Formats: sequence, C-alpha cells, structure tokens
Amino acid sequence: MAADTDIFVENEAHADPHHSEGGWDGGDKKPFATSYGKLMMWYFLLSDAFTFAGFLIAYGTLRISSPSWPVPDAVFATAPFGIHNLFPGGHAPLIFVTFMSFLLIISSGTMVRAVQEGARENKRGVVFWMLLTVIGGAGFLGCQAWEWNNLISVEHMTITTNPFGTYVENGVYLDPATGEPTDEKIEAGKTYLMHKAGESHGEGHEGEHFEYPTAATDAPGYMVDDRGYIHRKFLVQDGFDEGAIKTQAFGPVAFGALFFGITGFHGFHVLTGVGFLLIILLNAGSGVYAGRKNGYEMVEKIGLYWHFVDLVWVFVFLVFYLL
Amino acid sequence: MADHLSYEESKTAVWKGLGLLAAVTVIEVFLSLLKAQDWAKDFQPLFIFLALLIIVLSIYKAYFIIFEFMHMAYEVKGLAMTVLLPVFLLLWGVIAFFYEGNAWKGNREKIQDRNRIESVLDAPNPVGAIITDEDYIMG
Repeated sequence: MAADTDIFVENEAHADPHHSEGGWDGGDKKPFATSYGKLMMWYFLLSDAFTFAGFLIAYGTLRISSPSWPVPDAVFATAPFGIHNLFPGGHAPLIFVTFMSFLLIISSGTMVRAVQEGARENKRGVVFWMLLTVIGGAGFLGCQAWEWNNLISVEHMTITTNPFGTYVENGVYLDPATGEPTDEKIEAGKTYLMHKAGESHGEGHEGEHFEYPTAATDAPGYMVDDRGYIHRKFLVQDGFDEGAIKTQAFGPVAFGALFFGITGFHGFHVLTGVGFLLIILLNAGSGVYAGRKNGYEMVEKIGLYWHFVDLVWVFVFLVFYLL
Repeated sequence: MADHLSYEESKTAVWKGLGLLAAVTVIEVFLSLLKAQDWAKDFQPLFIFLALLIIVLSIYKAYFIIFEFMHMAYEVKGLAMTVLLPVFLLLWGVIAFFYEGNAWKGNREKIQDRNRIESVLDAPNPVGAIITDEDYIMG
C-alpha cells in the first residue's frame, strides 16, 4: 500500500522544503513524522468513528424519546449450551456479552504484541501473535452469530418486530384460562418477552403451562395475534388507567433495527478485520514485509484498524448492554 | 510499549494494559447489574450516578486503547490533535440530539395528558373529542 512512499530518498537539492523549484519530486519531509499509510489509516478511522457516532447518537435519541425501553439485563440474559440455566431464575444477565468483550480486548492485546515483534523484525513472533488475534476475532464473530440466532429464531425479534416490551404500570396478570385476575404481579419498569404460541422460547419452564392456540384469538385472558405472538392481558392497579384491562404490546419498534443495524455494522468491521489480518498474516509469513525493512509497518496499520474495532465495541457495549 | 521502553518492559506493559482493561470491564458490568436492581432504580440520584460512572469508565477505556495500544501518546502532537480534536464536534451532536429526543418524549406525554383530560371532560359524549396520534405531527 504505502511501501513506495516509505522509501526515504536522500536528495541534497530538496533538503529544504522551501526551495523546491526543482519540480514535484520533493516531499522527503514527512508530515507529522509518520508515513503516508499510517496517517491515512488514522484519518480513515476518524471518519469511521463519525459513522459509528452517528448510529449511536440515533440510538440514544430514539431511546430517550421512548416512554419505555427494553432493559438490557432482561434482553441479554441467555448464553450458549444452556449456561444461563445455571444462574438463578435461568437468567444470566450480560454474562455472555462480557465474555465477547473479553475476546475482543484480548485479541487487541495480542495485536500489540504482533506489532512489537514486527518492530524487532521477528517474523515468527509476528505470525504467532497475529494468528492468536485472528482466533480472537473469529471467536467474537462466532459468539455474535450465536447471539443473533438466539434473538431471531428463539426469541423472535426482527428488525421491525420487538417482542421485548416494558410495563409502565403496576398490576396483576389475568389467568389465560379464565380471564380472572391472578396474584401474578407485573411491575412498572420490568421488561417482558412475548413468546410465540406453540414454539419453544429457550427459557426454563416452571410448572404446568397454559396451551395457547396458534391461530389468532382474542380471549378474555390473552390475545394471540395473526403472527402467533402471545399478548397476555393484565389488570392495571395504579395510575390513570387504574382498573382497566390492558393487553401486552410490542416494545419500541426501533429497537430491533438499531440492534441488528449497529451490532451488524460493527460485526462487519470485525469480519473485514479478520480478513485483512489473515492476508497480512500470510504476507508476513511469506517474507513480503521482511524484504521492505520498515519494521513490518503493514502490521502496524492493520493493528490500528483492529484496535479501532475494539474501541467501537467499548461504546456499543456501553449503550446496548451496560446502560 | 513505545521506543522509550525496553523490549522486556514493553512486553509486560501490554499484559498490564490488558489486565487493566479487563478489570475496568468487570467493574462496569458489576455497576450495570447493580444499577438494574430494584432498590437502585427507585433511588434516582444513585441510578444516574452509577450510569455516569459507567460512561466515565468506558471513556477511560477508549482513552487507554487510543493512547497506549494505538500509540497515540507517542505520535507527534499535530497528528494527535488532527485526529482527536474533530471528535469533540460530536459533543454538540450528543447534546443537541438528546435534547431533541427528550422534547419528542415531552410531546408524547403532553398528547397523552390532553387525551386524558378530554376523555374525562367529555365522558358522556366522547365522539369527536378523542385526539389520535394522527392529529399531531411528531418530531
């Protein structure tokens, strides 16, 4: 990429940049004491940061404007291999995404090691640490694939349907069989997941379950819409609508689009990052960069990109999972 | 980590940095779970304090990644400034858009309140009194 520009040309006639009448072939003084390639990588990352910031600010704006928002602890409480069932109530809030964050942070650390070995012109070291970085990145992608698959095919979230609603009032559920109030409480601020009739939803079952019909139904105690989502009914016990019977509604529509859009855009960065890491890993292994004698600068540049991917995840993790 | 350290020192610096980032992440997750407890939710100032603390820790992680892992601390000042200063433009973006989002929420609540008032006033003859969302252009 920038190998040509990295060659330092000693030229007495143009040593002073202010006397370059000799033509266009000056430029032996590098701006900011760095190479063209690294400088442009920094500016690319700056522009990419603005793209991500635009997405995340849109998320924040929509979230602030909504009367309620799915609580992350309730939405992201599952883990592969049924690990979440080992936790109280079958909920493992944020455990899996924390593991994903660790994968990315560790791969960032191994990337720094690869760059350090590159600076010492140690080919074996570069290849070894880049390989670990690739494994970390691929592991992250695998985790994200599991997370998406769980949200889409188990919990039935799509970019336009958000089955994670949040109560804004206190009250009690109605019994689905009889339509009479039960002593099963609902609390303002608690997030619920609307299940699909006749499908497993991946959570632990307790006791006998009411069998909901799969066809659209409007019973006194529940409603099944034409797509099969079960909306339970509840009796409101405080606020303006005290005494009213309400039906569970879908959560804010934008949630699915924002989640899949933003984590998808980040995941795509990870995917391309893994691709470029592999290419540069193979080049490094076959001695392409050793011949350039510039301290494996290409490894340094992909390193900047890889750390940036980790940096963006810090903020995606912050707004989607932590807050 | 940089030229000012020996190879051995810079190697340990990486693992120390990694440990720091991991520790900060664990603290963040702990605070986030704490914040989601019922008693924290009911006590608004604590909830906001914990949320702000998590944001500050995340910004610290970002600072550490940029300055140490990405080597920004050891670049020429001009380079650091041309990359970092434009980011501060986003501060205004955050303030302006979040203010706007809050205003949309306010509008929604106002409409809901008016609907409630009118539904009470016109209870015997509610025809024509119900303001639907279509009567207002939101945002």
